[in-house]
Amino acid sequence: MKRLFVLCTCILLAVTLTACSKANENEIRIGINYELSGDVATYGQSSVEGIEMAIEEINKAGGINGKKIVPIKYDNKSEPAEATTLANKLITQDKVVAILGPATSGSFKAEIPVANAKKVPVASGSATADDVTVTSDGKVQEYAFRVCFNDSFQGTVMANFASENLSAKKAVIIMDSSSDYGKGLAKNFKENFVKAGGTIVAEEAYVAKDTDFNAILTKIKGLDFDVIYIPGYYNEAGLIIKQARALGITAPILGADGFDSPVLVDLAGAEALNDVYFTNHYSSLDKDPAVVKFIEDFKAKYNKEPDAFNALGYDLAKFVCDAISRAEKLNGESIKKALEETKNFVGVTGTLSVDEFHNPVKSIVVIGLQNGKQVSSIKINP
Amino acid sequence: MEQFLQQIVNGISLGSIYALIALGYTMVYGIIKLINFAHGDIYMLGAYIGYFCMTHFHLGVIPSLLIAMAICTLLGVIIERIAYKPLRNATRIAVLITAIGVSLFLEYGTMFFVTANVRSYPPLKGILTQSFKLGNIVITAQQILIVCITVILMVFLQFIVKYTRIGKAMRAVSLDRDAAELMGINVDNTISFTFALGSALAGAAGILVGIYYNSINPLMGILPGLKAFVAAVFGGIGIIPGAMIGGYFIGTVEVMVAGYGNSMFKDAVVFAILILILIVKPSGLLGKETKEKV
Repeated sequence: MKRLFVLCTCILLAVTLTACSKANENEIRIGINYELSGDVATYGQSSVEGIEMAIEEINKAGGINGKKIVPIKYDNKSEPAEATTLANKLITQDKVVAILGPATSGSFKAEIPVANAKKVPVASGSATADDVTVTSDGKVQEYAFRVCFNDSFQGTVMANFASENLSAKKAVIIMDSSSDYGKGLAKNFKENFVKAGGTIVAEEAYVAKDTDFNAILTKIKGLDFDVIYIPGYYNEAGLIIKQARALGITAPILGADGFDSPVLVDLAGAEALNDVYFTNHYSSLDKDPAVVKFIEDFKAKYNKEPDAFNALGYDLAKFVCDAISRAEKLNGESIKKALEETKNFVGVTGTLSVDEFHNPVKSIVVIGLQNGKQVSSIKINP
Repeated sequence: MEQFLQQIVNGISLGSIYALIALGYTMVYGIIKLINFAHGDIYMLGAYIGYFCMTHFHLGVIPSLLIAMAICTLLGVIIERIAYKPLRNATRIAVLITAIGVSLFLEYGTMFFVTANVRSYPPLKGILTQSFKLGNIVITAQQILIVCITVILMVFLQFIVKYTRIGKAMRAVSLDRDAAELMGINVDNTISFTFALGSALAGAAGILVGIYYNSINPLMGILPGLKAFVAAVFGGIGIIPGAMIGGYFIGTVEVMVAGYGNSMFKDAVVFAILILILIVKPSGLLGKETKEKV
């Protein structure tokens, strides 16, 4: 009798819970699965600021075909396992039609199997690893999309920039070996730098959360080299730059979009950030009218300069909403088809078309820092 | 040769931090045979207290250091009174599990209040931004500060333990708690005092790391805590000079492995040392073989 009672309660509870989460007909639910705390929190927070601004603009203009967009936001704590759990929750409980994020390649990749299994498209603004949208055996991840270029492009551009613009012949790589991002960038930089006639004098590695780099920096200080390439995120890159400059290493330091965070300046100190160059999606120095308008609107809303993650988040939300508006039906499969058909989508980070591997074809910028400030930006087309 | 000397400088700076944390581990173990896993988190709290002193109250390095040490002292005593004292006669495993619980509580409690974001200390001013050159060897003022403060604190600690009444009480309790109690020593107060001393040193280490590396987060105490534990075991757990030697040894080994071997192996080597010591000489470098009391 007692067991029967428990069973009945469970069934009742389950019914009420499903009833609660049933989607409203007049709204479109979009999941936001981002790093709002943890190691790379500023990427997630910045992306979400851009996303929220874009969704607000779309809803103000009447939504998509009369339906309002309802974002459902969760924090994955910068942990891939958490990202997977949240993707499941967003799809099964919250019934979203698409998920935006996470920001980093590792977490985004962790989410993709869920997306493929449940047939709900997921899109990231900043997951740049090569094997995000394509599996290692060359098959396209059907439900994964992104609005940023990939690491081979970043690595190639930086290798060419080092050998042509900085006339570097010898380079040292200090790589974050705990992330796919760091390993991918290092590999592509190395290949292209060697192809351009340069040599890699030394390759060092560290793992996320390390704080003491004096040992490896002392080791490379005794070597002859022209540039240091640091494929990694701002938390460690900031400390490496600070400790390198303190040890008297003055060579230019190169990096990728992982450098793009105000925290880099806090960690390294403005006086250490000289001759630092990194590839990025967008520069606030750009004079394109669409970019200028975005910067003005963003400043009005958040009272600060937008960084690349703000811009990518903004583009990502607009990109996905654009596809939803073109989709025949409001379900994962139709939206995925519409995303695949995106041509010449005009975003703040450049005009993009989706290629057959779900990668966007778009331009890249190399930003130069002096005294912690962005002073130069060079746009390079694919 | 120059590179070697530079690596020694790096190793000594890092070793100072491990030594300061290891002292707390070893004293607490010496007195109540407890491996206080929450000790690394006291170090983290010291770093945060220093951070708030310097950013919100705009205090200098030395006042912030003293405040961080004072507050950590208090926290150490409170933790001991609330978490460990009720378990004084419980099994050792129960106390150990409590210590892990306290550690997790401090880590995630701090994360709740200050978020998991990495924070950076404010830029330093004046003499602390300087660096000195001896030939090609660079020594920064921060490294000198770390080593000096560590040495001062160690001398002070030795003085307390060797030449004061409470120090004598500590040694007596660590030798035989029951006999000490029979001799009229207030065992509870002595244990609290030990926690206070250890926590003050950990707090000092925390703020020094904040200044040196400029980067703090709520989980920063885990790995240095474990390495300091290895340092304490290496020197002979429960023995104060052993913890100092162990700290400097582990710091130097870590730097040398990264500098001359592969930086990916540095943590593995530290823990391999722990395993080796436990196999070869479990009582540590300065430890004497003792028979387990029944």
